[in-house]
Amino acid sequence: MLSYIVRRLLWLPFLLAIMIFITFWLGFYGPGSPEVVLLGQRYDPETAAVIKEQWGLNEPFALQYVKYVRNYVTLNFGESLTKYQGQPVARLLARRLPVTMELNAAAIALGVPLGIILGAIAATYHGRWQDRSIIFFTVLFRAVPSLVAGPVLLFVFAKQLKILPVGGWDGLFSASAILPVSILASGVVAGFARQTRANMLDVLSADYVRTARSKGLSEQMVMSRHVLQNALIPLVTILGLVLGSIVEGTLITETIFGIPGMGQLAFEAIGARDYPIIIAVTVLAAFIFALANLWADLFYGIIDPRIRQS
Amino acid sequence: MAVKAIPHAKIKKPRTMWGDVVLRFSQNLPAMMGLIVVIGLYAVALLAPILVTTNYTAIDLDNVRSAPSLVHYLGTDELGRDVYSRVVWAARSAAFVSIFVPALSLSLGLFFGIIAGYVGGWVDTIVMRLGDILFAFPGLLFVFFIAATIKPAILLWVKGIGLTEFAKQGFVDYIVVFTALSLVGWPGLARLVRGQFLTLRNREFVLAAEAIGVSQWRIALKHILPNAMTPVIVVVSGGIGGTIAAETSLSFLGIGLQPPNPSWGQMISDYYIYWRNTELWPLLFIPSIILVVIILAFTFVGDGLHEALNPYLD
Repeated sequence: MLSYIVRRLLWLPFLLAIMIFITFWLGFYGPGSPEVVLLGQRYDPETAAVIKEQWGLNEPFALQYVKYVRNYVTLNFGESLTKYQGQPVARLLARRLPVTMELNAAAIALGVPLGIILGAIAATYHGRWQDRSIIFFTVLFRAVPSLVAGPVLLFVFAKQLKILPVGGWDGLFSASAILPVSILASGVVAGFARQTRANMLDVLSADYVRTARSKGLSEQMVMSRHVLQNALIPLVTILGLVLGSIVEGTLITETIFGIPGMGQLAFEAIGARDYPIIIAVTVLAAFIFALANLWADLFYGIIDPRIRQS
Repeated sequence: MAVKAIPHAKIKKPRTMWGDVVLRFSQNLPAMMGLIVVIGLYAVALLAPILVTTNYTAIDLDNVRSAPSLVHYLGTDELGRDVYSRVVWAARSAAFVSIFVPALSLSLGLFFGIIAGYVGGWVDTIVMRLGDILFAFPGLLFVFFIAATIKPAILLWVKGIGLTEFAKQGFVDYIVVFTALSLVGWPGLARLVRGQFLTLRNREFVLAAEAIGVSQWRIALKHILPNAMTPVIVVVSGGIGGTIAAETSLSFLGIGLQPPNPSWGQMISDYYIYWRNTELWPLLFIPSIILVVIILAFTFVGDGLHEALNPYLD
C-alpha cells in the first residue's frame, strides 16, 4: 500500500513540471513573442526592443524557463497582456475561481447522486421501459452540447415563460444559478447513470450474487449489501473523467450565461490572445484535475485491495 | 457404396463474422436510422455545389433579416447571408471533421499502440507516459490550449512557405482543428490497442505463428491486429459525435473553423445571442437542431456497431 501511495505521489510533481513545460513552450513560442501580442497594431521595433529588454525576453530559453517555473511555484502568474492590461493574473484568478468552484461543486453534488439513482433504477429494471427511458435521456444529455442547451433553455425559460432570469450571477442560491447548474449537472448525471448501470449489470451476473440469492437472502439485502456496494467502487475513478468534462462545459456555460468565473475569463483571454491568462488557467485547471485524479486513485486503492498490486 | 451428392442448393451459405455483424446492425432500428442520417450528411456534403447556387458568404443587402422565401429558403441573417446555403456548405466541414479527425487519431493510436504493445520495454513506458501526460489535462482544455497557441504559428509557417492564398482561404483552420483534436484523441486508442496486443500476443495462434517462423512484424500486423480491431472500431465510431461537438466548441471560442469556412458551430456561435431576439430567434434553432441530429445519428451508429460486434453484451 505504501509503495502505491508513494508512486502516485511522486508522479504528481513530475506531471506538473511537464505540464508547466508544455504550456510554457507552446504558450510562449506558439503565438509569437509576447511583445508582438502586447503591441498588436501599434507594433514598432524600438518599443518592442524596450519591452523585450524589460521582460527579459532576450535571455536564453533555459533561464527564462527557470524564472517562469519559479514564478509559478510562488503563485506569480504574470500580468495580463491585453484584456486586463497590467493586472496580475493571480488576482484575476483569485476573484474568478470561487464562482467556478461553486458552480462545479453544485453540479457534482446534484448530478452524482441523481446519476447513481437513475443508473441503479435502469439496471434493476433491465430491458423494461424504465431502463429504456433512462438510457434515452442519458444519450440525449450526452448528445446535446451546452452550446445548444444554454441558448435554447434561455429562450424557453427566460424569454417565453419569463420564469427565470436572463443570465448573470447572484450567487449559487439564486434563480440565476438554476439553468447553468442544471446544464453542467446533466452531463454528470449522464456519465454516472451510464456507468452505474453498466457496473450493476456486471455485478448482477457475478457468482457471489447468485450465491447470495441461493442462500435465501432477501432481494433488498442482495441489492444493498452485495450489488450496490461492489458496483459503486469503480465510480470513484470516473469522477475524474466527469470533472474533466465539466471544466470544458464551464467555459461555454459561463460565457453564455454571463457568469464571472474562470471559464468566462478563459473565453475572454482566448478572444483577446491574452496568453499569460490562457496559460495560467490551463495549468491551474490541469493541477486541480490532477489532484482530483490522485485523490480518486488513492481512495480507490484504499477501498479496493486489488488495485494496489497492479 | 456410392456417396450421394448433396444438391448444391441445399448447402447453406457459410456465415461469416462480418456477415453476422451486418445482419445484427440492420436489425437495430436506431442504428439504421442513424446510418441513414449519416449517409444523408455525406450526400449533402458531396452535392453542396449542386444544392446551393448562391455563394454562402455572399451578402444580400436588399434582404437583411428576411423571412424564409423562394430566394432564401431559410431566410437571411443580420448580415444578409443566406442561412440555407450556410447550413448546406457547413455539412462539408462536419463531414471533413468526421472523417479526418478519427482517421488521424486512429493512425497515431495504432502506430503507438502497436509499438508499445509489441516492442514493450522502455518504448512502451515512454509512449504510455506520454499518453498519461495528455490525459492529465481535463477534457477538451488541452485541445483549446493547443488550438489557441499553434494557430498563429501555423499561420506564419504556411505564409512562410509561400502559401498565402491557402492561408487566406481558411485552410489553416482545418489543419489546426484536425491537429488539435487528433493530438488528444490518440492516447486513448493507443492504450486500447496496446492492451489488446498484450493479451493477444500470448494466445495460441500467435505462438503457432511464431513456431513456424513467421516474422515479428507479420505476426503483429497480420495475425494480432485484425483480432484487436473490434473494440477499436467501437471506440472510434462512438467518438465521432463528440468530435463534431468539439469542433463546435472550438468555433465558439474563435479557434475552430472561422469564416470563410462554413461550420455549424460557427453558425451557433453567431446566432446564439438571438435567443432573446423577437424576430431572429428561429436562426438559433436551425443549426442547433441539425447539429444535435447529426451527433445523435453518429452516437446511434456507434452504439449499433458496438452491439453488432459484441453480441453477448447484456
